[in-house]
Amino acid sequence: MAAARARVPRSAPAIEADGDLHARLSRAWGREGGVAGWFSDIDHKTSGVRFIVTAFGFFVAGGILAALMRLQLSRPENTLIGPDLYNQIFTMHGTTMMFLFAVPMMLGVGVYIVPLMVGARNIAFPRMVAFAYWVFLFGGLMLYTAFFFNAGPDAGWFSYTPLAGPEFTPGKRSDFWAQLITYTEVSALLVSIALITTIFKLRAPGMTINRMPHFVWAMLVTSFVVVFAMPAVMFASTSLITDRLVGTHFFNPAEGGDALLWQHLFWFFGHPEVYLIFLPALGMISMIIGTFSRRPVFGYPGLVIAQIATGFFSFGLWVHHMFATQLPEVGKAFFTAASLLIALPTALQIFCWIATLWTGRLNFKTPLLFVLAFFVILVIGGLTGIMLGSVALDLQIHDTYFVVAHLHYVLIGGAVFPLFGAFYYWFPKITGRMLSETLGRWNFWLFFVGFNVTFFPMHNLGLQGMPRRVYTYPADMGWNVLNAIASVGAAMIAVSMLLFVVNVAVSYRRGARAGANPWSASSLEWATPSPPPPYNFAAIPVLGGREPLWEEKGIAGRVEGLDVDTPMALVTTLVDAKPDHRSIQPTPTPWPFLSAVALTMFFVGSIFSPWAVVWLSIPVTIAVTIWFWPREQETQEHLALERRP
Amino acid sequence: MNNRAGIVAMSCACLLLVSCEREARRFQQPAPTAATPQAVPGSDIRAGAQPLTKATPNPAEQNAYAVAQGKRLFVWYNCVGCHAHGGGGSGPALMDDKWLYGAEPVNVYRTIVEGRPNGMPAFGTVIPESQVWQLVAYVRSMSGLLRPDVAPGRDDDLAAVPPESRREPAVPKTAK
Amino acid sequence: MSAIQDSLRPAGVQAAQIYDLWLLMLVVCTIVFAAVFGAFVMALWRAPRATERTAPDVAAISSQEPKSLLAVSIGLIVSAVGLIALIIASVLTDRALAALPLKDGLVIEVTARQWWWDIVYDDHEPSRIFRTANELHIPVGRPVVIKLKSSDVIHSFWVPNLHGKKDLIPGHTSLIQLRADQPGVYRGQCAEFCGHQHAKMAFLVIAHEPQDFERWAQSQRQPAKEPEGELQKRGREVFLSSPCIMCHRIDGTVAQGRQAPDLTHLASRRTIAAGTLPNTRGNLGGWILDPQSTKPGVMMPPVALAAADLQALLAYLESLH
Repeated sequence: MAAARARVPRSAPAIEADGDLHARLSRAWGREGGVAGWFSDIDHKTSGVRFIVTAFGFFVAGGILAALMRLQLSRPENTLIGPDLYNQIFTMHGTTMMFLFAVPMMLGVGVYIVPLMVGARNIAFPRMVAFAYWVFLFGGLMLYTAFFFNAGPDAGWFSYTPLAGPEFTPGKRSDFWAQLITYTEVSALLVSIALITTIFKLRAPGMTINRMPHFVWAMLVTSFVVVFAMPAVMFASTSLITDRLVGTHFFNPAEGGDALLWQHLFWFFGHPEVYLIFLPALGMISMIIGTFSRRPVFGYPGLVIAQIATGFFSFGLWVHHMFATQLPEVGKAFFTAASLLIALPTALQIFCWIATLWTGRLNFKTPLLFVLAFFVILVIGGLTGIMLGSVALDLQIHDTYFVVAHLHYVLIGGAVFPLFGAFYYWFPKITGRMLSETLGRWNFWLFFVGFNVTFFPMHNLGLQGMPRRVYTYPADMGWNVLNAIASVGAAMIAVSMLLFVVNVAVSYRRGARAGANPWSASSLEWATPSPPPPYNFAAIPVLGGREPLWEEKGIAGRVEGLDVDTPMALVTTLVDAKPDHRSIQPTPTPWPFLSAVALTMFFVGSIFSPWAVVWLSIPVTIAVTIWFWPREQETQEHLALERRP
Repeated sequence: MNNRAGIVAMSCACLLLVSCEREARRFQQPAPTAATPQAVPGSDIRAGAQPLTKATPNPAEQNAYAVAQGKRLFVWYNCVGCHAHGGGGSGPALMDDKWLYGAEPVNVYRTIVEGRPNGMPAFGTVIPESQVWQLVAYVRSMSGLLRPDVAPGRDDDLAAVPPESRREPAVPKTAK
Repeated sequence: MSAIQDSLRPAGVQAAQIYDLWLLMLVVCTIVFAAVFGAFVMALWRAPRATERTAPDVAAISSQEPKSLLAVSIGLIVSAVGLIALIIASVLTDRALAALPLKDGLVIEVTARQWWWDIVYDDHEPSRIFRTANELHIPVGRPVVIKLKSSDVIHSFWVPNLHGKKDLIPGHTSLIQLRADQPGVYRGQCAEFCGHQHAKMAFLVIAHEPQDFERWAQSQRQPAKEPEGELQKRGREVFLSSPCIMCHRIDGTVAQGRQAPDLTHLASRRTIAAGTLPNTRGNLGGWILDPQSTKPGVMMPPVALAAADLQALLAYLESLH
């Protein structure tokens, strides 16, 4: 196709489109109304909000499970919850938080924000992203349905063999776990591919690779980590299902398999997994610190390299989860070195952010508060991580409450706090309303204090000998007081979450109206109305700098020549974002949803019988074929556009 | 349309309720029952025309945990010493369709509890009743008579035979 | 003496070495945290306040900011040096842990099972090998090499006062080497999630002076004491005709089961049910009648015994020193 010609007008493009343009663009990029339209929607903003809301629902579910655990552990030898139910609860808590909340949430925020941030009208492969959402939702529903019918997995979120294997977990519990992995891994892989493509090929002209915002870099690195890490856990979970269902011997030492194989496969995924959760949050922190320090974040190249280094080196740490096994000591020492040295890129980022805060002018709004908590909580978590990275010390504190403390400090401090900052930051953009500052501060302080009250005592508990994954503990070990304190903290966290939900519910209807750029931020998502129309930008901007809304020539022009009545994207080159060609984008369709339904039948059926793989692949094939089958009328219209653009 | 939707919903509900029973982990064993075993004859062969033994179900056969416990006990209590892992040795094979004393759960129960001529010891005083029912369930699974979702998968051991959940049912010749 | 389970009170050389590393790490990490936190708080405190309407500092986009660059570089270099120092300290500690002299070591084989510990004291002379459960006795000052096996799922052997933990993985044999340097009673616990009763899979390690240890070992090598008196004799009969005999072993009788803890010297142990209950008559009786109420999911079934039979059995078991 002919390259688009970008003219450079005297003023930046208008944010709002005028009536006729708005109507035509909305028709091109929007969806039908009604129930059918709801299932056919492929707008990235819809998919993003669906991911975010659903993941938050799972966050609440996981939180309720945690509250039950803390209730049981608040007293020694408590009989509130017996061992079988407790094992299911802590397994469901870990599985929910890691697979159904953290990764989908981060990817969901990426799905919503990244296209806006790079100046695109929709994400690449929007139908695939919609399909990924439905797969995620159905996977989570399958797991919770199993849980409510006493078939919830009970072998830990990490599901070690042989405990999770066919001999020691009878019934279908571990099979539901393994199949959930398949769902969430397919979902994450597909979203990652879409994000990589969007970031590489759909950036607005002028957004060269060194003008990309930090959150975009974060999602790019995260997506690559997903692509390389997820297949390991897919292989592991599939091997587990075949061991259980058809009698393969991957993890059977008597027939040539190895129980340790599971650990290698799982942790090769499992360590990058936590960085999947951490990396997007680092991007969120950069965006928020920049906006609320009223200056661009210091050290752009350093921050980018740190992100990439963290993502890359995260693949070299996995054995630190296996230090208590009988692997060779020299090998383990290598992983000690790697585990400690990966702190360096994160340290670089922290120092750059502190330098930004030091030289900036600070607007202490709620998003910034949540990000500031990171500097306390994540740093503590990172330092206990250094302790855990040493083989000798890890032999004492591995599998104790010290690790429980560490992992919550890094995950909650490093990811959930920045995520809440991102909620407060981007809620106005998504809904057009501001969240309440007062409720936000209460939310923040209750969460911050409650979090530390819950998890700091666990460091001591671990050092004083309390192992993890125990449904009760003896009364004479000296652990009673700290456990009681931790349970009180959990109650505080629960209240703070309630405040957040109330804040969202109230502000959604009655919050102060937000304009396009309530925080006076600098990135492109703030150059659209709040909430953005289906087509995002009235005109795709041409960028002239790294901070488009702050610099005088930040937006140097706008793109002309894209069809207004057909969804058409401008594909640009990878490094320099020069316009390359125009690409006609997909229109809404219900077939991603229907394919996900067929796939769910396939996945659930194959838990019960290997024949499901044969017979239930037929509906999947049919659904996906209909999805991809070219439509005659559409093809004619596209050909006509090609001949006469 | 309503009917069909109703049937689908009911089937899903039934499948799910089946799940409750299959997945239950009952640690507190029920008290020994004064029931049936004494009332059940040792063999179906008798003079005159009489109704055949009614099949009395073994609740352990709906519960995967119970069958898995039966599999464990089959090794722990050294059933494998005479019966191997179903192929038999000094004792008869248990994974085929020949059942000398009846294939119903109560028949197998009596075999284990009372012993049989030619070498099967009487375990009634040394194996608690609930464990006997678990062993009964496992023994029947060896012939593939249990639902595949309840029958055990493979053991973490040398594998001489396919797992019980993948065996074709060997329908007992003594059944009606 | 009551048992302790605490990595911060080392009673053996391995735990002491790890404790030293812990102190070093704690000091270094606290200093680092104080420095970072201090810089952070300073930054917040001294920066001027702003609102959304404050003009952004666009000059910073193109300026070099040498002071910030210097500060960040220094921070990074100091961090790298500190991390490398900690790596070295960690590797040195690993080597120290592996360098325990093993001359004249005592060899014990521990097989972990759901949810108890099967212990065999090895010896060059087979007649001196003996078996016990859930309670290890070791001599002070003498290295102990423990071979770790599992017969079902992955467990982890952890007695924090003496050493870090080591996993017991089915299909593999691993080793842990430790030495107690003070007499005492140390509690250990399984530290790898292993199913329903992972929480109650504990064990005791009792460190004796060497001659006390020899005395203990010698008494453990004897077969079970013959019952004295009618009640104990009746108790043995009850044992041998109940489900007990299907799983348990009492050396010197026909009970030779290997699926459950060895009861030959049950009365010499301080706890029952893998460290869950003190070994008293009441606890033992309750455990026999209904183990599932103490440890739901445990492999031992309830045993229905008439009251008189139970009393006799308890009398016999209590005589098994």
